Amino acid sequence: MADRLTPGRLISHQPGRPSGRFLVWEYLLRCWRGYLFSSLTEAVGTPLLYLLAMGVGLGSLIDSGSDAQALGGVSYLDYVAPALLMAAAVQVAAAESSYPTYSRFKWTRVFWGVTATPVTPYEVCDGQVLFIGTRLLAGSALYFLVLVGFGAAGGPLGLLMIPFAVLTGLSCSVWVLALGAHIRSEGQAFNVLFRFVLIPMTLFSGSFFPITEIPLAFRWLAWISPLWHGNELARGAALNSLQLWPAIGHLVYLSVLLVVGLLVARRCYRTRLIV
Amino acid sequence: MIVAKGLRKSFPVKSGNDVEAVKGIDVTVTRGESFGFLGPNGAGKSSTMRMIACVSPRTGGDLQILGLDPERDGIAIRARLGVVPQQDNLDEELTVRENLIIYGRYFGISRAECRRRAVELIDFAQLAEKADSKVDALSGGMKRRLTIARSLINEPELLLLDEPTTGLDPQARHVLWDRLFRLKHQGVTLVVTTHYMDEAEQLCDRLVVMDGGRIVAIGSPAQLIAQHSSREVLELRFRPGTQESAEDKVVELVDRVEILPDRILLYTDDGDAVLDQVHAKGIHPVTTLVRRSTLEDVFLRLTGRSLVD
Repeated sequence: MADRLTPGRLISHQPGRPSGRFLVWEYLLRCWRGYLFSSLTEAVGTPLLYLLAMGVGLGSLIDSGSDAQALGGVSYLDYVAPALLMAAAVQVAAAESSYPTYSRFKWTRVFWGVTATPVTPYEVCDGQVLFIGTRLLAGSALYFLVLVGFGAAGGPLGLLMIPFAVLTGLSCSVWVLALGAHIRSEGQAFNVLFRFVLIPMTLFSGSFFPITEIPLAFRWLAWISPLWHGNELARGAALNSLQLWPAIGHLVYLSVLLVVGLLVARRCYRTRLIV
Repeated sequence: MIVAKGLRKSFPVKSGNDVEAVKGIDVTVTRGESFGFLGPNGAGKSSTMRMIACVSPRTGGDLQILGLDPERDGIAIRARLGVVPQQDNLDEELTVRENLIIYGRYFGISRAECRRRAVELIDFAQLAEKADSKVDALSGGMKRRLTIARSLINEPELLLLDEPTTGLDPQARHVLWDRLFRLKHQGVTLVVTTHYMDEAEQLCDRLVVMDGGRIVAIGSPAQLIAQHSSREVLELRFRPGTQESAEDKVVELVDRVEILPDRILLYTDDGDAVLDQVHAKGIHPVTTLVRRSTLEDVFLRLTGRSLVD
């Protein structure tokens, strides 16, 4: 037919077109500009409050207790600081993956506009992950700086807390993204997620006390929690007690969670956007 | 530009059988044409549009857009389409200008070029004063114009408009029609769905009437009216409760009568003459109107129902 595409045209239409995932990432970064200040203030303010309350306040009580070896001979501030950084990363990841994303399906319907262009649903999903990763990187770096201010960031290896936080946050994020694309009406899904998954996970993942204090029958709950794996890595890095094989185990667990979650989330995006 | 043969779409439903939204339609749209899908809600117009826009795989039949198969070349086709969806999907947190730039980026257009085109399109959409306001603050008509402007950022060869003016006030609709008319004269191929017959008459060179997932008629607005309706229509309105007694008497005056809940329509080539006959029979409606036939009458003829329920 007359308007058949010549192959040359097909190619010339996309000269150096960046992958759609980077274009979606670019879009989300632009949206972030709108609340950059508040999100970065929060990224610094929250750790300040937590470190003062938990590390210094509660810590002074704990450190003066009878059993100084309960935490492996470190101060409570040093013990809890890496876990607070990780908990913040998971919080940010869950928050960014839930309502803001859901609203682009449901309320503003922005994603339907995006996939009317050459950008595919998979790329929309990947772009989200890239953005949340960027957001986690910035937030965790700031958190790290606050820890440095408190002298609770450990040695040079402590820097590893930042990539560990990004990995842990993303390994949770992808599953929330999948959920947000899957649910058709808001219902109680996110409420249940925040109240009955996220909060218990934060409390019982070895953040504030070692999981050896949890009865053996329930300890598996900590073992499956991505945050526990993240905490082990971060604390190991900050206290310079990281051991090779356990560390590899934690990294593999989080990476598998991330990759499988990403594949599931992509599928959910596709199912939702291609009807 | 578009060739569909026996095109079908069905959706799985949890409670048993699939719902067939499009039940085998044949459509050909040629370059430079303005083509319309007219029909009531649920006729299958939007499902058809989504298949043409390459965001909804067909269930059966053949479909070629710009000579390509949507199943295989969806990305390449979408690069050359402009899409105005039924519901606006702008980013309300971003400004008018940012919405245009971001959208252009999805097509791989450079930032500088996006900025240049955004200026032109803001002008085209008559949104210069709002260029750096958040979309949130725009009226419904402005958002619609922005959505249309946005669909032009990649200079599409084929523009798909799904219910472009639904929900807008009459003035906003006329502004939009004017913009679409300009595009048409620039040679952009337009495909429009609508359930407003005046919109179809304004915009479309050729259209199909859809009902229940099928095409029930095809032609230009004038052809359809000539084929399926009379030259003129006499409308009679009665005081509530008195219409029924008049129905029997007027039926014999013309070949075709449509009885609606609130009025009687008499199809004739000479409305005034028939009105005289009505009066001669001692029937005295509250108001009478002689008008030309419209696509609404065509639709009534073809389906026995009015377009907007």
